[in-house]
Amino acid sequence: MTWLTSFPQLKNAWLRDLQRIIDDAFRSFTRSYGDLIEGLFSPLQTLLIWFERLLLGTPWPIILLVVAGLAWGASRNLRVVIGSVVTLVLIGLFGMWDDTMKTISMVLAATLLSIAVGLPLGILMARSQRVQRIISPILDIMQTMPSFVYLIPVVMLLGIGRVPGLIAVVIYAIPPMIRLTNLGIRQVDPEVLEATDAFGSSAWQKLTKAQLPLALPTIMAGINQTIMMALAMVVIASMIGVQGLGQPVLRAINNQYFTMGLFNGFAIVGIAILFDRISQAWGKRLQKHHEARHD
Amino acid sequence: MTDPIGIEIRNLYKIFGANPEAHVEAVRAGMTKAELQARHHHVLGLSDINISIAPGCIQVIMGLSGSGKSTLIRHINRLIEPTAGEILIEDRNVVEMAPEELREFRRHKTAMVFQKFGLLPHRTVLDNAAYGLEVQGMAEAERNRIAMRWIERVGLNGFEKSYPSQLSGGMQQRVGLARALVNDAPILLMDEAYSALDPLIRYDMQTVLLDLQQEVRKTIVFITHDLDEALRIGDRIALLRDGSVIQQGTAQDIVLRPADDYVANFVQHVDRGKVLKVGAVMQAQHGFDALPEAAIAAGASIAEALQQMAASRLQALRVQDAEGRAIGVIPFQAAINAYTGNAYTGNAHTESAGTVA
Ligand SMILES: Nc1ncnc2c1ncn2[C@@H]1O[C@H](COP(=O)(O)OP(=O)(O)OP(=O)(O)O)[C@@H](O)[C@H]1O
Ligand SMILES: [Mg+2]
Repeated sequence: MTWLTSFPQLKNAWLRDLQRIIDDAFRSFTRSYGDLIEGLFSPLQTLLIWFERLLLGTPWPIILLVVAGLAWGASRNLRVVIGSVVTLVLIGLFGMWDDTMKTISMVLAATLLSIAVGLPLGILMARSQRVQRIISPILDIMQTMPSFVYLIPVVMLLGIGRVPGLIAVVIYAIPPMIRLTNLGIRQVDPEVLEATDAFGSSAWQKLTKAQLPLALPTIMAGINQTIMMALAMVVIASMIGVQGLGQPVLRAINNQYFTMGLFNGFAIVGIAILFDRISQAWGKRLQKHHEARHD
Repeated sequence: MTDPIGIEIRNLYKIFGANPEAHVEAVRAGMTKAELQARHHHVLGLSDINISIAPGCIQVIMGLSGSGKSTLIRHINRLIEPTAGEILIEDRNVVEMAPEELREFRRHKTAMVFQKFGLLPHRTVLDNAAYGLEVQGMAEAERNRIAMRWIERVGLNGFEKSYPSQLSGGMQQRVGLARALVNDAPILLMDEAYSALDPLIRYDMQTVLLDLQQEVRKTIVFITHDLDEALRIGDRIALLRDGSVIQQGTAQDIVLRPADDYVANFVQHVDRGKVLKVGAVMQAQHGFDALPEAAIAAGASIAEALQQMAASRLQALRVQDAEGRAIGVIPFQAAINAYTGNAYTGNAHTESAGTVA
């Protein structure tokens, strides 16, 4: 009666063969195209290094000023400004300034890349039922697949370093950007679109003068989520060589440095809150004309 | 300013559903809206519409909710694709226009006012009003200058920097009207443009429209639920029911000779004394031995005629055209009959009787 208590599985030898065949195929693919693909992604390397140099090379008082300015511009709220500055000052005092700048540059690069790729994809998805049917399940897979799993092919293709890290972060963080762009555009009032049609707008005019501006608050929510997810992924991506706050966390786990882990963890939480408050406040301000509605 | 242009709607059909073409023949053969719905689960939107709208004329379309008014007006600028039929404007069939041509047509020949305004909520009143010109590619300074003129004309000075959500419904509708007028298109499509306004403002906006019509003659298609509004501004009226035209003609025709009970119901509460014109109920001069001395203009209302006759105790009035020529006679009894809605006894006016569908 063993066939009832243990599931009848394929022969072990078969499974081993299957795995070996796929692995071999992927490995030979990597050998023949790895350099080419690495070449394709080299502009990303330049972008990342440029970002990192910018943030690390700029004197800290200027960074504080810029962050304060951004917080004020986005929220017009003094509490958000003070909160942001205090967070950064504490991070600096506890000796995590450089790691934090590296993490921020990674998150910013990943967010920009997610917007650059996700916005057009979201627009395409909103325009065509078929594209939506194709992209939706892919996004589901990207979001539920444990992030460690897709680190493997990325590392096999591109090795260890910043660029594979960035790609892993983008894969993890891009789905909300695509989804919410799609949703935002689909939610635009059809009556408004009918009016733009009636006045003879071209598809591009309709997109830029009505759909995107009206979807912007939703798109902003997508950007906010993308930033948060990128930040979460940066820690995991430190396993494949991404520098920043994730590395000390990794070291702390390996060596059971409790306090070190805690400090770096708090730094991540700190900049997460900072990013969140600033981007949400900005999204809210974009929405103000809708909120004044009383009908 | 462009010359007014006419609209010719011929054999227009619209069926909503998965496979509309398959059912056109059945509808042509007389299948009703209810049958089509029950048997094939398709909705009959419009059935064999034929309306010819003269250049520079205000055509009113009336009908109960769901009778197809919005569907019809959206065919004129092809916001809805017809299932069959044609719409001729300046010798071009709107139904067959290629996308680029259609876009140019919408930019320059038509402008539309929507029942629910359809304003862009993220744009100021000024930017909303200038939208049509912006789409045409006009420079900002120029289009803002034109838009400002119309914003003032509809009485919204001082609000040009406001957002739609900061305005009342009536004010938003004026923005919609300004946006349509800014385009200076020869055809103006108005889908229940005034339904959301309170009676005073509505009367006001009707006056604005009629005044405008004196200055810049446009061809206007105007949808309304309100008979008084229809009678006040409409040169001609078409009544829709279940996607078909039940009757079309002048206001006088429809009030005096309703084609059936549906139409009669529509007109039963109208103030006939004010609406009906002497010219529409007068009788031919022959058959009268001597024409009455006292005269009244053909364009006067029968209420005025009755007043005049009662005041001077007359039995009839001579009816004159604008040049003062006698063109008919209106006996007291005929005026009373028309006023009370008793069976119309006068010899029917051939010109108007012929237009009853
Ligand atoms: N997209 C659509 N799909 C299916 N049926 C539709 C569609 N649009 C309109 N209809 C149907 O066509 C008919 C006419 O609708 P329409 O909106 O033209 O009426 P209306 O006369 O403008 O009414 P109202 O006075 O309420 O605005 C209705 O029976 C409606 O259900
Ligand atoms: Mg309607």
